Amino acid sequence: MKTMFVILLSAMLTDNFVLSKFMGICPFLGVSKKLDSASGMGLAVTFVMICATCVTYPIHHGILVPNELEYFDTVVFILVIALFVQLVETMLKKCIPSLYKSLGVYLPLITTNCAVLGVTVLNIDNNYSFAQSIVNALGGGLGFMLALVIFSGVRKKLEYADIPETFKGVPSTLIAASIVSVSFMGFSGLFN
Amino acid sequence: MAENKNSLGRELTKGIIKENPTLVMLLGMCPTLAVTTQAKNGIGMGLATTFVLLGSNIVISLLRKVIPDKVRIPAFIVIIASFVTLIGFLLEGYLPDLYESLGIYLTLITVNCIIFGRAEMFASKNGVVASACDAIGMGIGFTLALFLMGSVREIIGGGQWLGMSIPVLHDNPMLLFIMPAGGFFTLGMIIALVNKLSNKKPPLELGCKGCPNAANCSKNGGDCQ
Repeated sequence: MKTMFVILLSAMLTDNFVLSKFMGICPFLGVSKKLDSASGMGLAVTFVMICATCVTYPIHHGILVPNELEYFDTVVFILVIALFVQLVETMLKKCIPSLYKSLGVYLPLITTNCAVLGVTVLNIDNNYSFAQSIVNALGGGLGFMLALVIFSGVRKKLEYADIPETFKGVPSTLIAASIVSVSFMGFSGLFN
Repeated sequence: MAENKNSLGRELTKGIIKENPTLVMLLGMCPTLAVTTQAKNGIGMGLATTFVLLGSNIVISLLRKVIPDKVRIPAFIVIIASFVTLIGFLLEGYLPDLYESLGIYLTLITVNCIIFGRAEMFASKNGVVASACDAIGMGIGFTLALFLMGSVREIIGGGQWLGMSIPVLHDNPMLLFIMPAGGFFTLGMIIALVNKLSNKKPPLELGCKGCPNAANCSKNGGDCQ
């Protein structure tokens, strides 16, 4: 139980996917302008991360390892993620249109989000058990959402700030991200 | 013929400065920030990405009339992932040190937006030679940007550069620069410098034009901002 808790919190805070592993920077910079889109993207990514882990873990340990085909990991995982995103999109559209309306826009963007492929590969690399993998995916997704939501608040302030012409837009956003990342460094050393 | 050569030359050089994938089009940010704690890793990552980009651009351009439009995205992804697996084996066999230090980011070349973006925007519409030139130019531009990032962070944050130690900084390195926060900061400063030097109106947003998902976005009626 204790290890589960450590995995969850370290994936969320100390090893935050966005701010310390640099995965999913494109949506982090692109979708963090408004609070509702930031939380929507965060929810969609968390959901897809957990589902992708549920599917890729059995495929790796049940099909690829017994047949000594581990080197197909990358190809198989990315295909699973792409198919999964498509499937989730279609299902949500049919079954829960209200959720589709709020998440739908972000779903196609998730296929090329490296945090999703990253979490499935890391689960295998770290030799996690199935339950630990799910917890790691949950922590990673929540950490991603946390970073996006916090950063959307920072950007709101940034919009009204008086910034020199050359720093307007992306440079100032990146420097603000650097300061948020410093604040997350405060979590390091939380576990030993 | 002369005109033809000119246009090929343009495909080759546009990626290096004018349409630099990282610093101007703002694509492929994840590896740019993640592996550039050392200049050496930056070059390694850049060259590995160039290899994958060249391979996938050539294959996709050869198959562009065979792949049906509806399944092109999964098809592109499989081609790209195959080349990533290939470069993974090559590095593991011949450059195990680099393989170790790139780690998971080598696998993540698969989802680098530069590769997917060039496949979608260039290779699927142009001939083999032009696509290969485009890939080499973009690859060199990416490698140079990563090398620049890696050099700045290694010199300031580590006090050395490609194994040489830098006099004053070696004793007082600013460790922050090799930490994640320093990555964001350095990239922000370099992009600001590029904006200043290019004398253009700076790109205010991460451009939808460079985003491989632009088509999907507009189809869904949403804005990716």
